[in-house]
Amino acid sequence: MSTVVLKDIRKSFGDVQVIKGVDLAIEDREFCVFVGPSGCGKSTLLRMIAGLEEITSGELKIDGEQVNDVPPAERGLAMVFQTYALYPHMTVADNMAFSLRLAGVSKEERYQKVRDAARVLQLEPLLERKPKELSGGQRQRVAIGRAIVREPRVFLFDEPLSNLDAALRVQMRIELARLHEHLNATMIYVTHDQVEAMTLADKIVVLQGGIVEQAGTPLELYHHPRNLFVAGFIGSPKMNFLNCTVSAVEAAGATVQLPGGASLTVPVHPGPLKAGDQVTLGVRPEHLRPSETGELQAEVMVVERLGGETFLYCQLAGVGMLVVQADGEVATQVHDRIAIKLNPVNCHLFTADGMAVERAIRHPLADLRRPVARKAG
Amino acid sequence: MHPNTRSKLWLTALGWFAALVIFFPILWMILTSFKTEINAIATPPVVLAAPTLENYVAVRERADYIHFALNSIIISFGATLLATLIAVPAAYAMAFFPGRRTKDLLLWMLSTKMMPAVGVLIPIYLLFRDLHALDTRWGLIVVYTLMNLPIVVWMLYTFFKEVPKDILEAGRMDGAKPKQEVWMLLLPLSLPGIASTALLSIILCWNEAFWSLNLTSSNAAPLTTFIASFSAPEGLFWAKLSAASTVAIAPILVFGWMSQRQLVRGLTFGAVK
Ligand SMILES: Nc1ncnc2c1ncn2[C@@H]1O[C@H](COP(=O)(O)OP(=O)(O)OP(=O)(O)O)[C@@H](O)[C@H]1O
Ligand SMILES: [Mg+2]
Repeated sequence: MSTVVLKDIRKSFGDVQVIKGVDLAIEDREFCVFVGPSGCGKSTLLRMIAGLEEITSGELKIDGEQVNDVPPAERGLAMVFQTYALYPHMTVADNMAFSLRLAGVSKEERYQKVRDAARVLQLEPLLERKPKELSGGQRQRVAIGRAIVREPRVFLFDEPLSNLDAALRVQMRIELARLHEHLNATMIYVTHDQVEAMTLADKIVVLQGGIVEQAGTPLELYHHPRNLFVAGFIGSPKMNFLNCTVSAVEAAGATVQLPGGASLTVPVHPGPLKAGDQVTLGVRPEHLRPSETGELQAEVMVVERLGGETFLYCQLAGVGMLVVQADGEVATQVHDRIAIKLNPVNCHLFTADGMAVERAIRHPLADLRRPVARKAG
Repeated sequence: MHPNTRSKLWLTALGWFAALVIFFPILWMILTSFKTEINAIATPPVVLAAPTLENYVAVRERADYIHFALNSIIISFGATLLATLIAVPAAYAMAFFPGRRTKDLLLWMLSTKMMPAVGVLIPIYLLFRDLHALDTRWGLIVVYTLMNLPIVVWMLYTFFKEVPKDILEAGRMDGAKPKQEVWMLLLPLSLPGIASTALLSIILCWNEAFWSLNLTSSNAAPLTTFIASFSAPEGLFWAKLSAASTVAIAPILVFGWMSQRQLVRGLTFGAVK
């Protein structure tokens, strides 16, 4: 059991508050990912959990026990830094064994544990090298190995892959996912790469300006974003937003007037929504397609062909740009005029204050959880 | 010739020229120490006519060189060791746990170096007299420690700043107590910096004359006092003075030569990374 609970956690540097009251419960063996734009406080939050940064106010509990004032090493956590932070003057083996050495573990036991971790990470041939004789990916593995050797209750990662090149990042991402399953440990992972967040996370926590915008499973955030910020942040390319006016409200949904005149009934629980309200309609590029019967008329300004799919950047008269993800086979050219089809089921509505209007149908995968792995032997 | 090679040649020539200009007085002193007193003051100067060891013999007859040299060594190394012991924790705290006033504190410490030493001569002298510290090695060690402390703290602070904070934090996560963090991570990682700081401190102590002349007479007198004793009231004996100076700087010159690699590495630390 290793749970981490944050209750109204705050952090100020001098007079500036950077974490403004975070409540969060991270469950046992969960892979929890913090995402958010640069400077939103992801690292600060992680470092407070680690014990490297003092908690200004609030309560941090690990396994139900308050640890606000417990020094880092005694919290039973291990951290992997963005810069790897290996000890440059020690060999790989000594790097990995450092915590055990400090804890007074015997030489044989140290050796055994380092061997075991090295085997998992395929580091065995490198044990006698110094960090400067390793490649970026190898250093990264050593940093992870150093964390594994400690057998921590919770692993903390601060953007561990951001210094690697794209191919290696994909490979390490897969290794991390497998490692998580193998170790069966609670992990907290900071990134601003949303692909990493979507693929690795059991739970994503979207932060902005020191507050949690939303926390949930990746597909919950994708299909049921709580507000405009989360809707725009999760998904790539970004969700398209159109300003519309509500023309009618009924039990089955809200009908909005689209730019260009067409109207569309979006299946939502309208709540306090009423005719005449200004709303923002959100729809993802992958849910738009060019079609003869489309409701929106636009001119194609840029065509990006990726092979399997094609992105069309379209100018919508008087509104702005709209990104459409089309099939790789479409022959559309720049400056073609096309009609774009919306499927109301895939549309989101946001009220004037940026909050989402609850969708009528809950996505069947939004609450899907990773099967809990069998307890490691 | 390739223009790059040519500019390199020029730079090398310039480097040698500068080195020669800086080294010339020392060279001249060494040459003079092997001349007779007459040749030493001859105009035009004689470069090397009939080298003689008579000055060295005279110097040896007049004073116990070993005694002074030993004092210099003990006092310089002692003061440096003490200053480093005090400065390491101070610089560690300032570099990694800075407070609101850390920068001001550092500047203030350095500013104390601007005050002329004469200003505190009387109080220090009286203090030393009452504490029976006059003409003792430990007395001079204390004064030198305090004298160099601002520079040592400042230098160590800059070197420590070069050590990535993450590495120390990783150590903290691994369970290192502050003492272990300093001893097992910070010190090994900033060894070149510490070496050059210590070296500078030793050289400063070795060259220090004001306090040593005023606070010691015989027992604890270092080499600066030894040299001063050769500028006697009967007039200056250039050749003998040169011989005395040569033997006075010889140990530190050899020491500096041996550790020049460390010194250069330390002083350019960060610049070449
Ligand atoms: N030691 C500090 N003193 C003052 N302000 C700080 C300190 N550390 C962080 N901050 C501020 O706190 C805010 C959050 O910083 P943090 O490093 O947590 O952001 P982040 O989300 O990790 O960003 P990034 O994605 O760029 O790493 C920033 O505005 C930053 O300027
Ligand atoms: Mg960060």
